[in-house]
Amino acid sequence: MTEHPTTPAVRMIGIVKRFPGVVANDHVDFEALPGEVHSLLGENGAGKSTLMNILSGLYMPDEGEIHLFGKPVVLRSPRDAIAHGIGMVHQHFMLVEMHTVAENMVLGLRKPRFILNLRQIEREVEQLSAQYGLHVDPRARIWQLSVGEQQRVEILKMLYRGARILILDEPTAVLTPQEVEDLFATLRKMTTEGKTVIFISHKLEEVMVISDRITVLRGGKVVATVNKAETSPSELAKMMVGREVLFRVEKEERQPGEVVLEVSGLCAKNDKGLPALKNVSFTIREGEILGVAGVAGNGQRELAEVLTGLRKATAGTVTVLECDVTNCSPRKIIGEKVGHVPEDRLGMGLVPNLPVSDNVIMKTYKERPISAGPFLNGGAIGRFARRLVEQFNIATPSVQTPVRLLSGGNLQKTLLAREISISPRLMIAMHPTRGLDVGATEAVRRLLLEQRKQGAALLLISEDLDEILELADRILVLYEGEVQGIVPAKDADVAAIGLMMAGVKPGEPAATETERRSA
Amino acid sequence: MTIALITSILWVTIRAGTSLLYATVGEILTERAGILNLGVEGIMIVGAVTGFAAAFHTKQVWVGVGVAMLAGAVMASIHAFLSVSLRAEQVVSGLALTIFGTGLANYLGQRLGPKGTPLVGMVGPKFTPTPLSSLAEIPVLGKSVFNQDILTYATYLLVPLLWFFLNRTRPGLHLRAVGENPQTADAMGVNVAGIRYLYTIVGGMLIALGGAHLSLAYTPGWTEGLTAGRGWIAVALVIFATWDPVRAVVGAILFGGINAVQFRMQAAGTTIPAAFLNMLPYAFTIVVLVLITWWEGIRKRVGAPAALGLPYAREEKR
Repeated sequence: MTEHPTTPAVRMIGIVKRFPGVVANDHVDFEALPGEVHSLLGENGAGKSTLMNILSGLYMPDEGEIHLFGKPVVLRSPRDAIAHGIGMVHQHFMLVEMHTVAENMVLGLRKPRFILNLRQIEREVEQLSAQYGLHVDPRARIWQLSVGEQQRVEILKMLYRGARILILDEPTAVLTPQEVEDLFATLRKMTTEGKTVIFISHKLEEVMVISDRITVLRGGKVVATVNKAETSPSELAKMMVGREVLFRVEKEERQPGEVVLEVSGLCAKNDKGLPALKNVSFTIREGEILGVAGVAGNGQRELAEVLTGLRKATAGTVTVLECDVTNCSPRKIIGEKVGHVPEDRLGMGLVPNLPVSDNVIMKTYKERPISAGPFLNGGAIGRFARRLVEQFNIATPSVQTPVRLLSGGNLQKTLLAREISISPRLMIAMHPTRGLDVGATEAVRRLLLEQRKQGAALLLISEDLDEILELADRILVLYEGEVQGIVPAKDADVAAIGLMMAGVKPGEPAATETERRSA
Repeated sequence: MTIALITSILWVTIRAGTSLLYATVGEILTERAGILNLGVEGIMIVGAVTGFAAAFHTKQVWVGVGVAMLAGAVMASIHAFLSVSLRAEQVVSGLALTIFGTGLANYLGQRLGPKGTPLVGMVGPKFTPTPLSSLAEIPVLGKSVFNQDILTYATYLLVPLLWFFLNRTRPGLHLRAVGENPQTADAMGVNVAGIRYLYTIVGGMLIALGGAHLSLAYTPGWTEGLTAGRGWIAVALVIFATWDPVRAVVGAILFGGINAVQFRMQAAGTTIPAAFLNMLPYAFTIVVLVLITWWEGIRKRVGAPAALGLPYAREEKR
């Protein structure tokens, strides 16, 4: 991978893209060759997705040029980009959920002139999926498919359109370790055929596995482009963050105390009225973190919602410190000192247009001195909020600033400050570090570990297996709403957990791949 | 005797249902593209008055139809401009359109008669029911289904064609995709704004045609408040039909039927007050909405286009 006599498939020169208040791309130069996997590495907000949205025609650059296979082009719309053989698999899949796989394949194409011959499209899709080992039923509707299958549909869709340059935006975030292996095999197959793969990620490990070359972005600028063979994860991390990074947060040994949360035989339905939790039982003790691993959509959200009183359990019991709180109101559950860090921090966790001060008192507003009867005490609220801002290191111009203006990390710190201010005995945290940069992630993890030290019981739901392995004492794997197994984190085997996430019970042979849900 | 009664009730049912069917199908088309147009009542009544006025002055019913559809297109393009280009709140824009349309229709009704006099009471050309050749010989159906005016016959073709268009053609796929997921449609190279404009306007034309059927066929002539809330019933029928043009037929027949039966009962001189009977279609609308929502609630398979009423902008950071 040292010499490339070929013309680059993609050359982007001096790309500038401004959004109100930010320069997302600041004179970025980037190139990718035919037959290579070129990774774009950087923290959230580094400008990776913006750059690729420009290449896929979704955004227009304010300055700069794009050359494809040596020829300058102007990409005014996604249609232009597709016509030039550029296909992007977005982080949020660009699929119409209510439509079938075949219908999604031809969406936006000019090919069938008027009447859709779905049978013929289905046959073509079957051929293509066999060729690349991307198995999926062309007649299935998208909402019936697992996330991994949906991603396959996305890749197939781009191949169906004859993409020569495939952009993948954080493709592994939603996959099990086994599915990641399959994806990488498909990508390698594509590069041997001379296609170009641009792989956007902030995960160093997988970038080191799949890439030929790596371009690191920081703060909208290119830090460097390096050959994989000539770099190391720690060098990449340093380029990404701009300083040395500690990979591990120190976790001290702690003897778990008495049982705080006891869940037994819990069942609940999802928004579609289908069973989402099936007979779930577990306990968490004082000073213990139970990590819940699983591919998104396997009952994690429903579990968090039932435990916090936001969703009705159809069977089973939830006991917090020997007090039965099954199907109690959120108010009552908060009264039992249960903290909640919801996955949607700006939607469910905080009120975007209210100031920091109003947001942090939302669980303590009934207590003195914050309020007396129906009246709020402005002075006490200000003092309380300023104390939390200081204690939790929240970077905000003032406590009067609406929280929507804060960065992701400061939002999460504000949320945690509020939840910790009720001195929780049980803390339910869902994706607490998703979308945060390395520094903020570290801070949030420290806060969670601090709670563990204080003797709180923590339920940590995360899609990031590394995070769970790092923080949790025990790991519970959810698959299709069932507890697939609970294992101690200390000597957990990533491969075994991956198999459990894919639906294989511990002890069963790995060959029984329960891929399709036969309902 | 009973057969004659059934035949006549069926005949009135279909006649009364035609304007509802046009309006419902027009609104389905609009909503499948993701635009909620609550201006149906306003567009219908403007269609009714302009259609009648044009037919009255030119003595040509088809000119009336053309002018009504043009007026519908203009009215709907106001809504399209507000909700697609300016990304305004669609509920407010639609309500404003209804209020505007009702006022405009009353004004035009006062001025569009001969030499600027009111149109009310004028007699103009109209569509009359004509038996459909040999099909009219079929018992019951012949004198009801196949003894209608040409605008009603047109719906017999329009509905299946529309179903085919939505489900089995490329433009239909693009239309549905825009209503379900405009981000995806855009990323796949579909012109979201263009499609939303197009079907809001085409929908408006069909809605106005529904209004014109009232003033040119069902109750020929112009009176203020001619549409009498039919536009709102059409909005409810879209939900009843779960956004499917074929099921809209069932809804239109049901509501036309209530109208017909209510008419017969009044003619037969029941002791039930006329006002109560007049209220029935509207009360039934509420009952149907409750039942549909409740039933759908149980099945959890709501058929509304996922992006209905949501404006779309490409470079908006979320």
